Amino acid sequence: MNTQAVVCNQVLKSFGAGEDEVKVLRGVDLTVPLGEMTFLVGPSGCGKTTLLSVIAGLLNPTGGDLHVLGTALHQLKSSKAVEFRRENLGFVFQQFNLLPALTAAENAAVPLLAANWPLKKAVEKAKTLLDELGLGSRVNARPNQLSGGQQQRVAFARALIHDPKLIVCDEPTSALDEHTGHYVMELLRKIAVRPERAVLVVTHDNRIYNFADRIAHMNDGLVTHVEQNGGMN
Amino acid sequence: MRFIAWQMLTGDKAKYLGLIFAIAFSTFLMSHQVSIFCGLMNRTAAQIDDIVDAKIWVMDAKTQYLDEVKALTDQDLFRIRGVEGVEWAVPLFKGTSRAKAPDGRFRGIILMGLDDASLIGMPRRIIKGNIDALQEPETIAIDQVGYKFFFPNEPVTIHRTLDLNDHTVRIVAVVDSNAPFVNLPVFYTRYSQAISFVGRERNQMSFVLAKAKQGIADAELNRRITAATGLKSLTANELGWETIWYYIKNTGIPINFGITVVIALIVGTVVAGQTFYLFTIENLKQFGALKAIGVSDLRIVGMILMQALIVGAIGYGIGISMTAAFFEAFQSNLDLRGFRMLPEIMQGTAAVVFFIVILASAFSVRKVIVLEPAVVFRG
Repeated sequence: MNTQAVVCNQVLKSFGAGEDEVKVLRGVDLTVPLGEMTFLVGPSGCGKTTLLSVIAGLLNPTGGDLHVLGTALHQLKSSKAVEFRRENLGFVFQQFNLLPALTAAENAAVPLLAANWPLKKAVEKAKTLLDELGLGSRVNARPNQLSGGQQQRVAFARALIHDPKLIVCDEPTSALDEHTGHYVMELLRKIAVRPERAVLVVTHDNRIYNFADRIAHMNDGLVTHVEQNGGMN
Repeated sequence: MRFIAWQMLTGDKAKYLGLIFAIAFSTFLMSHQVSIFCGLMNRTAAQIDDIVDAKIWVMDAKTQYLDEVKALTDQDLFRIRGVEGVEWAVPLFKGTSRAKAPDGRFRGIILMGLDDASLIGMPRRIIKGNIDALQEPETIAIDQVGYKFFFPNEPVTIHRTLDLNDHTVRIVAVVDSNAPFVNLPVFYTRYSQAISFVGRERNQMSFVLAKAKQGIADAELNRRITAATGLKSLTANELGWETIWYYIKNTGIPINFGITVVIALIVGTVVAGQTFYLFTIENLKQFGALKAIGVSDLRIVGMILMQALIVGAIGYGIGISMTAAFFEAFQSNLDLRGFRMLPEIMQGTAAVVFFIVILASAFSVRKVIVLEPAVVFRG
């Protein structure tokens, strides 16, 4: 059985061409194991978000070998890649990116709606999940009626509702104060980390490093070293 | 995803209503102005439409339109009657004169002189009176607009008199006829009476109305009449269109209406397009998130088109209802007779609105298609 959610082998990513070419990833080697929460950390501009985008199939690598859940995602046809993302990946964005016109429950249900679930059934499931996340009384609130922490919890619900095998989070605490950031990370760790699932978090918030099982340090387009962390155990 | 598209569309009420208003306003302007234009052009051929008994109109070879005729001779009438395939042919006088009411109010009128024996050319709908009484001397039938002008706020009765070019004429019937271009009263009388009312000239026959024998096509009879007499012979429909085209080519009417319609088209497209585009730009991150989550480009295009079509359908419905309400409200106004919204105008406007919303959404679609989903990871 494959125990690695992500395997990067000499992954390259450049933008532009010729003299304007910017090499953002310069041969990344990284494995993200299932059942763990892996943090990708490093200074601004080191390529964390680009690597996350490549792993999530939102950008194609320029070179190297990349397998996500055993699939060479970048070699899939565009429509297959979209389908793969829809079924296997959950996303948590820095700015939450909730749809302002939808309620919390409807926002959380979006991945199910994208998978053609009936609206009522999808929203019911979202309400149950939001209840587990402590938002049972706010399921009908719109994003502008929720605090930052509550919005992030809705985003977690959206990332988890379709039971993906890989969750990618981009700076999940950067828009939150320390207390709320701590709380949502605790929650994320509690509900997201499963033996059959990996969680990959990009962050530069060192206040939350203790939630990681392992931390991959990046610098100048490379993963320089990976340290085991223990994940608050 | 249809639910999400609908919620996104209606979530921002101001933009949603702005889009609908732009489409509704554009629809109203286009359908209203085109309806008025078509009504006005139809009016130019009103007297042709009134004459339902004769399908063939014969006139001088150089005649350009209904209201400018060179008189035919009695001999022309006999020659036409002699053409193989002519069932019957009767004279028609169409001219203008001036009439005066007993209280002194006067107005230019259109005088139609119909064949003495058959009265072919008389409008079918008689509001009051009896057209057989036109066989009596110095009698006329008048259209209801003329009656209302000469006898305002009075009930429609017959046997009232008017002064027509020093002849005291008696109204024996009030008829419902199509509104002429300039909305003048229309008088109907016998051909011989009409000649005596306007004063004798050498030739005064404006047209000859004819009918083809059974089995002879109108076009064939037209060809035969022209070949035999050198006169121009057209069907009523052809003469109607020649008259309409004369006004289109020789007046500024189509340009004025055309400008309004084009402005409506531009305003509709630009306002709807710009609002729709801004709407998409503001939601770009959300669209990016949907793409990242696994919603395909095709489905997002479907969402945008659905939003555009909803806005188009609602805006069109409101706009076309406004136009319909306008014509309904003025239906009883005799001066606005002939102005109505034709089904073809409704269909044409729907096609233009469809074009507007598709064009308006095209820019948004392009923006979303080229959007890289990785944009959602850039704070």
